[in-house]
Amino acid sequence: MAEEIVLPGWKKWLEGIGDQVGFFFRFFRNVFTGGFEWSEFVRQCYEIGYRSIMLVGITSFIMGIVLILQLRPTLVAFGAASMLPKTLSVSFVREIGPVIIAIICAGKIASSIGAELGSMKVTEQLDAMEVSGANPVQYLVVTRIIATTVMVPLLSVLGDAIGLFGGFLALNIRDSMSFNLYFTKVIGSLDFTDFLPALVKTIFFGFAIGFVGCYKGFNSNKGTESVGIAANSAVVTASLWIFVIDAIAVQITSLLFYN
Amino acid sequence: MDQVKEDKEQKNASKKKDEIVISINGLKKSFGTKDVLKDITLDLKRGENVVILGRSGTGKSVTIQCIVGLLKPDGGSLTVFGEEVAEMGEKELKELRMKVGFLFQSGALYDSMTVRENLEFPLTRVLKITDQAEIDKRVEEGLDAVGLLDAIDKLPSDLSGGMRKRAGLARTIVINPEIILYDEPTTGLDPITSREISELILKIQKQNQTSSIIITHDMECARIASDRVLIMDDGKYIAEGSFEELHKSKNKAVAAYFTDIL
Repeated sequence: MAEEIVLPGWKKWLEGIGDQVGFFFRFFRNVFTGGFEWSEFVRQCYEIGYRSIMLVGITSFIMGIVLILQLRPTLVAFGAASMLPKTLSVSFVREIGPVIIAIICAGKIASSIGAELGSMKVTEQLDAMEVSGANPVQYLVVTRIIATTVMVPLLSVLGDAIGLFGGFLALNIRDSMSFNLYFTKVIGSLDFTDFLPALVKTIFFGFAIGFVGCYKGFNSNKGTESVGIAANSAVVTASLWIFVIDAIAVQITSLLFYN
Repeated sequence: MDQVKEDKEQKNASKKKDEIVISINGLKKSFGTKDVLKDITLDLKRGENVVILGRSGTGKSVTIQCIVGLLKPDGGSLTVFGEEVAEMGEKELKELRMKVGFLFQSGALYDSMTVRENLEFPLTRVLKITDQAEIDKRVEEGLDAVGLLDAIDKLPSDLSGGMRKRAGLARTIVINPEIILYDEPTTGLDPITSREISELILKIQKQNQTSSIIITHDMECARIASDRVLIMDDGKYIAEGSFEELHKSKNKAVAAYFTDIL
């Protein structure tokens, strides 16, 4: 029915940026106006957080094991095997844990939000919500973005703990170290400059995952193919944003704490 | 004295019946270089059912999407209850949508919610009803009106096409709209279910005194539910009249719609 105007690439790109900025302000306006959908928010926290625990747990556990097994030969060669818990804890808590867990969440959560909202668009459910006088942004978008912003940091903390536990088991494959000694070394080597910036950046990771998933789903075209495109594009874009945010966060953290 | 009162009431009722609830004048809408609506003019009276017939892609659905503000017209005037839709702000548009129900072709039920939750959604979010007893009463009344009370706790995925349309209709009427816009209400249904839905549309009009615009390709639906029929082609209306009048039309373009009707 509708004949589309073909825009040049750069105009299309600029239009996309403008749309995203508009969507960003629409989200914030809806956060502070109208009622908050608590029941939908709790449901999303369950869907996004609780249902991701197993995936995040297994991945973090394996990452902890793999990191110890990879680090051990190098540190042993330098006679620094006792540094294994410290090396693992600092690298895991500062960088590897938050980024890997965020990437996993981007794959699982951003794609599922993109596909869900995309299919609601295709089946006219978003239009139905809008013409009924209800606010689809308040009900669908605000709840999902806030839920990912809250749940991704919590998943990241949980993943860190499980990863460090995996490291303990891996360490005891070749060497022998008591649980108390291992965790005393792990905790002792961390301070708030390791933990706090990592936690803060996972809040931004969570926001980016929710925002990209909602934007892609909400703005998908009308057609079944668009659902797949929305899900796929949500994962790719969210993953890219995670690396961009990480690069910025590392710069800021270095300036504030390590210089 | 009673006679005077009765006369006054009758006069008011007749005045109300002649009231124009939707007035469209010279409506235009384009998508890119394609002019979908070229010059649409339509008045919908209170309590009237108007059926719009036309080939696919002639702009029928675009017209009703403009009425609820889902699409913004490029030209012309479109007023609902005397208010220009294009000039409405978010708040006015929300108030308008509380008075105008819209039944989508697919039913557009929220598939993560049960039928009950689908009907509760506009009651709690739009009408802001907080009394659970009142909500339950209205949900049950809505489902009873479409004969779907047994499916109250089912998910949309457990319903047949006809049941989904009925549930969608129940969700539309649960807020007691003054106008209902039907987008192909019988498409994809078997003839018996189509007839049932068409009769339901008529029943709702009589019971609730609603005004409706019905977009359809189903001539049986047009025959049952219409007070007036408009035929649309290439973004304009080419014929207007009652079903019987158009049925007898000698105009070839109009007669083409009635070839299968005895």
